[in-house]
This record gives sequence, structure tokens and C-alpha cells, in this order.
Amino acid sequence: MKRIVRIMGGAAATLVVLAAQQTDFSGVIRKNGQLPALAVPDFRGDAGAQAFMASFNQTLWSDLDGAGIFRMVPKGQYPLAIPQQLADFKMPSPPDNTPLRRGQAPPPPPTGGGLWLSDWSNPPAQANYVTVGYSAVQNSLFVLRGWLVDLSISSPANAGALAKTYIESLDEAGARKAAHEFAADILERFGAKSLFGSHIYFLRHTGTLKAPVQEVWVMDPDGKNQKQITHFNAISDFLDVSPDGGKIAFTSWVRGNPGIFVFSVDPVRDLRFYNQRGASVTASPAFTPDGKQIVFVSSVSGCCGIFVANADGGNVHPITTSRSNDAEPKVNPKTGSQIAFSSGRSGPEQIYLMSMDGADVERLTDGTGEASNPSWHPDGQFLAFAWTRGFMTGAFNIFIMNVARRDYQQLTHGEGKNENPSWAPDGKHIVFMSTRSGSSQIWSMLADGTQSQQLTTQGSNLHPVWGK
Amino acid sequence: MFSKRKITFICLAVSIALFAEGCKKKVPAPPPPPPPPAPAVVAPPPAPTAPTVAQFSAEPSSIQRGQSATLRWEVSGDVSNVAINQGVGTVRSTGSQNVTPTSSTTYTLTATGPGGSVTSSATVSVVTPPPPAPPPTPMAAPRATVEQRLGSDVQDAFFDYDKSELNAEARDALTRDAGSLKAILSEFPTATITIEGHCDERGSAEYNLGLGDRRASSAKEFLVSLGVPADRLMTRSYGKERPQCTDANETCYQKNRRAHFSPGQ
Repeated sequence: MKRIVRIMGGAAATLVVLAAQQTDFSGVIRKNGQLPALAVPDFRGDAGAQAFMASFNQTLWSDLDGAGIFRMVPKGQYPLAIPQQLADFKMPSPPDNTPLRRGQAPPPPPTGGGLWLSDWSNPPAQANYVTVGYSAVQNSLFVLRGWLVDLSISSPANAGALAKTYIESLDEAGARKAAHEFAADILERFGAKSLFGSHIYFLRHTGTLKAPVQEVWVMDPDGKNQKQITHFNAISDFLDVSPDGGKIAFTSWVRGNPGIFVFSVDPVRDLRFYNQRGASVTASPAFTPDGKQIVFVSSVSGCCGIFVANADGGNVHPITTSRSNDAEPKVNPKTGSQIAFSSGRSGPEQIYLMSMDGADVERLTDGTGEASNPSWHPDGQFLAFAWTRGFMTGAFNIFIMNVARRDYQQLTHGEGKNENPSWAPDGKHIVFMSTRSGSSQIWSMLADGTQSQQLTTQGSNLHPVWGK
Repeated sequence: MFSKRKITFICLAVSIALFAEGCKKKVPAPPPPPPPPAPAVVAPPPAPTAPTVAQFSAEPSSIQRGQSATLRWEVSGDVSNVAINQGVGTVRSTGSQNVTPTSSTTYTLTATGPGGSVTSSATVSVVTPPPPAPPPTPMAAPRATVEQRLGSDVQDAFFDYDKSELNAEARDALTRDAGSLKAILSEFPTATITIEGHCDERGSAEYNLGLGDRRASSAKEFLVSLGVPADRLMTRSYGKERPQCTDANETCYQKNRRAHFSPGQ
């Protein structure tokens, strides 16, 4: 009997593998073998700028590596001499043509020790592109000169795929900004969008067990520049950011029962969302793609249905009235005509899809485990979500699903609990909460599960949402 | 009144008597009687003097209310009566007496003799002591607050995983709670009570918000069916946001899957 179960289990596992192989995530999952190889040696600065170059080099590498469109050539494989500008590439002197004497070893092939293009394109580096550059202080400003060199072109004069100067403040923030901008320009050359300038909103949990506090914070995509937005000294949760990045909506217990708040983010201002009286729950707001409406959860006619209202809380209409604990509605950002949501209507929580008027409800997950936290890919074809499928109750992992085909792929594999996925505006990254470091923290990864990066370390952080 | 006749008789009788006397001794005329001795020059009897109050005092002259002071007095001279007012009365000419006035009092001693009377006074000031500290408040004296009553008289109702229906134990707990809640609500006629719905940490926070609301509503419906006034019971879901404990084991999970009672605001 045991053996049969094992065989059946094996067969099921094979099926899952086959299913995974058939999954179509084109446009989301990168194909590693086809990625251009990029060498990013450390840049140096003059006496005044060198102090900030560690930050610059770390940020440049992190942005280019994190973009997921390059195979980053490890620094240990670089030549010894690092050119600092395009003009440093010099053709090595040709091999002399004196005939070999007998017994004499043939001369090594010509090399510039790093100062020639082929030094980077040949083994061990085998790069397709290399970045070179330097920084200097001019007029008390941090000036960075950077090039992207295309190693497939044999003449240095024509190999400069990109040559640009960046002028920033003379401090670490300025050096990091120069790196972000240089990386953004490089990514643009390859048709990719930099996440520099986008923002991750999240919740920071503090306080005590008896008096917990959760405030809304914001940070850069690399975890830098963390700033507190709300000062409610209460529990807030269930964040969303408007499609234009200008507003956030969330739920807070600051006035007693959970209610919805809509804030502008720059400047931070309460835009005063009107919460209906008489509902013990008004929560989980999410913007429609035009930013003019908000879908949310309310218990006004039993817990809990999905409703839609104007962005100020007026003109409320019900969408679902099942009274079966419908939760976290998210409108398809591309079509604006579908809502993904989670619900307990058929037992344990699962992900469902319906049209904006509540018709055509379909279950997307297969009924196993518990599935929650749907988040739409910007192109509206894929969902990221959290699922306990294959794990213990409560042990969520991040999955992505092709909504049309119902194919799914698991991106995390039991490294702690992994919840609250949210797609980056580039459609290639996912920010999420994980307990893998021992506490609840914000992480980002590429949508194939690689390049995990911990963005927060202070305290306890959760429910990230990635906005423009 | 004497009649005229009587007067005549008396005059006659006296005349006869005088006549008879003159007739009895018919002797030479006696010498004239010696002149009466000159009266001795004696001081006329001294005029009587008033008595003297040698002492009339109160010791101490200032007392706290409730204490006593001693009046002492000494009266000399020709004294027939010594009296002190304020209810002390007639006293001997020398003496002392304790008095316990309740407020500042001036005692007047009056000594009376043939030569007149004299008075003297003594004052006893009575200081009212500051009010003493009140006795410590007895523990049971003030009414318990709603929160204290809920804490002592009302139990949480616990739920199964991902369920908002009441199991047998939860119904038992709420049946006991119903009586206490009715008592508390009648004792505090303006109070409301919030039924909080809580969940363990395993489900998603979003789903647990609804689950907690459904748990609170289930508990409320059951209590209302037992006669607890519906309009005094509020519900609030905390989802999994306010756990009692954070351990990842069933003991803690069960503690967090509950309906809990707190004072309404």
C-alpha cells in the first residue's frame, strides 16, 4: 500500500513538473542562456570623489544585476588593468614577425592586460559589454563620466554604445543617484525600464503585543531612503498605491472599527475617504486603473462583500453579495474589466476572478491549500499570489499564474513564510514579505524567483506594494 | 387706729403714773446727774471693701478642640460669692476646674462681697485641628468598571480553525456569558460592549479580517438569542492583528481564535 502511494506521489510530482515545463511565462521569466554578458568593473574617483565610490559601485552593480536582463560577469574573471575611459582602450603592439628560433616557445597572443577590447570578450571574462568610467569633483559637485562599451565592435572609436556625464551632489546620495541614472540609461539601451524613481510602500510593525502599531512607510526599490508616512499610532494595513503613484489607500483601526483612508503621498495629505456608517468592516481598498474609483471590502450587508466607490468614498455600489467572506479585490490594470479576489465561498480561501459587475465568477486556484494576496502583473495577463499548496497550513509561498491558461509556477520554496507579492512597474520584479531571515521583512526578487534581495532590516515589516 | 377715747385713757394713765412717782419720793432734789462721759473717739466702723481677685487664669490658654484647659483662681477679701460664667457656676474663693470648651471662650469670674463685686476674665482659645487624612479607601467600595467586570465575569469564546460557527464549548461559554453581560449592562445603563473577533496567524491577514468579523457576529447573534440586548452589543474584527500570543503552535493558535469582550467606546 505504502509503495503504491509512493508511486502515485511520484507520478503526481512528474505531472507537476510537466505542467511547469509547459507553463508560458514569456515576457516574465528570463531565459538565462540568452542574456548578454555584462562586465561592471569598479570605477575610481579622484581624491575628493573616491570616498563615495564604494556606494556608487555597489549601487551600479545592484541595479544592473537586479534588472535581470544581463548575465553579470563575476569580478574575479576581469583582466588586471581596468580602463577608466573609452580612450584607454589601445591596440596592443602587434606580435613581432621575427622568425622563431628553434626550441623557442611561440609568443602569447597580443594582449593589453585589460586595455584592449578583446581582453574582456575573450575568456575568462567572455563579456559582451563592459562599463568603464571615473568620477571627479568639479565645482564641489560629484561628476561621473561613464561609458558602455560594446565588445562586439572591433574599433574603440565605434564601440561606445553609451557615453554620458552625470553631475550630482558631492555626497553618498549623489553618488548613488549617479549610479541609478547611469544604470537606467544602460537598461534603456536594452529596452528595459529602470525601477529607480519608483517607490515601495510597506507597513512597519512596532509597539507591544498588547498595543501593536503599524504605520505606512515608503522606500526606494533598493531599500534606501525609508520614510514614515502615517503617524496614527494605531494599526494600519492592506495597502494599495494608485496607478499614477500619487496616492495610497489603506485600512486603519485608528478610529475604532477598520476603515479606509486615502492619502496623497507628495505632499502627504489625508484626502478623506468617506466610510459608510454601520459597517463593522470597511477595508482592503484598491484603485481602478484610471485611479478614479476604489474597490473594497465591506460588511455593510453581511461579511463580507466587494464594493466599488468613487475615490472619495461616494457613490457606493455592491459587486458581490455572497456573504461568504470575499476579500482583497484587485482590478486588472490593463483591461479594467476584471477583478481578482480571494474568498472563502467554496471552503478554504482561494483566488477567484470575476467581471467588474460581479458576474462570471471563476476559481483560479485548484482548491488545494489556501490562496491569497492576488497581485496583477502590469500587462494584466499574470497574477502573483500567496499559496500554501504543498505546504503546511499557514506556510505560504509566492506563485505566479498565467490567468488565461491557469498555469502556475512556484517562486519561493518554503524559506519561511512568503506572502504579499506585488509586481514592480517593470513587470519583472516582485516585492514580497518573507520571514526567511527570522523576522518579517520586505524582499524583492526577479519573477523567476532568483535575485532575492532583503530590503528592510529594522524591526518588523510587511505588506509591500510597488508603485511608480 | 387708736380711738380718741383710748388716747385719752393712755394720756390719763401716763399722767397718773407720773404723778404717783412724784408723790412717792419726796426727797431733796438729787444732784444733777454727771454728765455722760464724753464719748470715746473711735474710728467709725470701716466701710466694707470689695474683694480682690488675686488670680484667674486658664492653662493652657490655647488648646486644640477636644482638649481641656484648667481654670485657676484665687479671690481674697470679704467675699460672699464667687461665680464663673459659661456654665461653671458658683465656686469656692480659691480653686481650679477643668473646662473643655468647643470653641474659643472667655470665662468671667465674678467675686461678690459686701463691698461690691469685681470681675476678671480668662480666655481659652480653641484651635480647630486640620481635618485628618481620610481613611484608606476600602478596596470594594467603588463600583468596578465595565472593563473590570468583563475581565472577571465574562469569558472568551473560542473557535475552530477557519470557522466562525460556534462549537459546543463556545456555546457553553457564551451561555454563561449571557447572564453576566445582562447584569453588567443593567448595572451600567449607558454602557455598550464590543465583541472583538480574532484569528490565529496562519490565514492571510485580509481573509482573517472577514473571518474575525464573522466570529464576532456569530457570538453576538447567539447572545442576542439569549436575551442580551442587541443594541448594546457592537462587533469589531481585529483579524490577526492583535494576537494574545505569537508562538507557532496550536496552543497559541487556539488562544487567538476567539471572541473577546471589551468596553464599547
